[in-house]
Amino acid sequence: MNRVVITGMGLWSCLGTNLDAVRDALYQGTSGIIYSPERKEAGYRSALVGNVPAVDLKPFLHRKFRNTMPEAAQYAYMATRQALEQARLDEEYLTQHEVGIIYGNDSVVEATMVGLDKFRAARDTVACGSGAIFQSMNSTVSMNLACLFHLRGINLTTASACSSGSQSIGLASLLIRDGLQECVVCGGAEENNLYGIAAFDGIQAFSIREDDPTRASRPFDRSRDGLVPSGGAATLILESYDHAVRRGAPILAEVVGWGFSGNGDHISNPNVEGPARSLLNCLRNSGVQLRDIGYINAHATSTLIGDQREAEAIAQVFGDYRVPVTSTKSQTGHEMWMAGASEVIYSILMMKNDFIAGNINFEAPDDVTAALNIIPETRNVHFDQFLSNSFGFGGTNSTLIIKNA
Amino acid sequence: MNTRNDIIKDINAKIAEEFEIDEANITPDAPIFETLELDSISLIDLVSIVHHDYGIKIAKEDLPQLKTFGDLYDYIEARQA
Repeated sequence: MNRVVITGMGLWSCLGTNLDAVRDALYQGTSGIIYSPERKEAGYRSALVGNVPAVDLKPFLHRKFRNTMPEAAQYAYMATRQALEQARLDEEYLTQHEVGIIYGNDSVVEATMVGLDKFRAARDTVACGSGAIFQSMNSTVSMNLACLFHLRGINLTTASACSSGSQSIGLASLLIRDGLQECVVCGGAEENNLYGIAAFDGIQAFSIREDDPTRASRPFDRSRDGLVPSGGAATLILESYDHAVRRGAPILAEVVGWGFSGNGDHISNPNVEGPARSLLNCLRNSGVQLRDIGYINAHATSTLIGDQREAEAIAQVFGDYRVPVTSTKSQTGHEMWMAGASEVIYSILMMKNDFIAGNINFEAPDDVTAALNIIPETRNVHFDQFLSNSFGFGGTNSTLIIKNA
Repeated sequence: MNTRNDIIKDINAKIAEEFEIDEANITPDAPIFETLELDSISLIDLVSIVHHDYGIKIAKEDLPQLKTFGDLYDYIEARQA
């Protein structure tokens, strides 16, 4: 079995559009959340959103390539450029070797809507335009990136709601471990436009602390009142240890375990048993001892029930070991399909720079979240292994353990 | 009814914007496919512009005769209401 290492990372998020900026924002406890008058005007119950910079791809890509790329693919392109550069994978290498892609994405709402609106207005399918079909398929991110970066290995999208990004890393690590692929581009992307999560706002899952945007996302805090949506993209380059050494690539970290589970019950209400089993599976698969985990990056999104269920699951599995826990969603909001990948990068940035970013806005726990050792302010501390949770609608759970290199 | 000059001025501007090319490259003798770097799929965007702006649907069997922009101007001029 091959060891699986991470050799490149790239980000396009509300905390920054390069690794150094994001590292600093994490350390300083900066919030990426804003109030959007556009959302309020459009009819959103909550106008809070992550402030993700728009992408201008014109300097990089001809119109014929941009034409097939919806917003999520644009973010993913920018994040992937960074990751490939850090991993020292250039065009020449990619065209001569079999590198794959497994990327998380679970919506193309705006692109689908725009294309179909044109069709309905013109009563003519040609009016959708030549790029609409490629923009409106859920696999749009992986299909676009594979063509743009000449990726000739596995070409797959993971779509598992808010665990999509995490599952992409898990699946890729298995393929590499078993020798089916030597190198895979992984990640997750999330559209952040007015339409992508309008229906999510409709089920009243979002925080309405609109008078105080930067304090609205408050995972585990007793006064939390819902999540704050965000988006962007996060890319990681995974490869076998031998492949990385052979290439002279910088080895940043190692994927030592993946665990997953399904709840098999309610479509939106999480339980404790499913997430706990995901944690246990990951620990078992990695062979890592509980007390060697120095930090948990929780899935916690700032919803009442979700945070409690995860707190119970972590407490159940970790017992009397008070492992430090934070949710970086306190700073970023919920990056959904991107979150499982971005949060691994956020945690690696912490691990490589000897700190745990504080769970901002955490003032006091409720009766259930009190079971956890939540770190409210940034702490300078060295750790060599962390665990990252990602859970999604439909009861899809994914847990990764990453080790320092 | 638009004059031929109106048609040329209008559609050249639309094509230049949609395909992000210099309008100076759109001349009556210039080949459409090469100038716009079209393929069988992106050709749809040109068809869509003509339909949207002039209400003219370019039939698939007519496409082979549209070799230059001059051919396109002729096509629109002959069919506009």
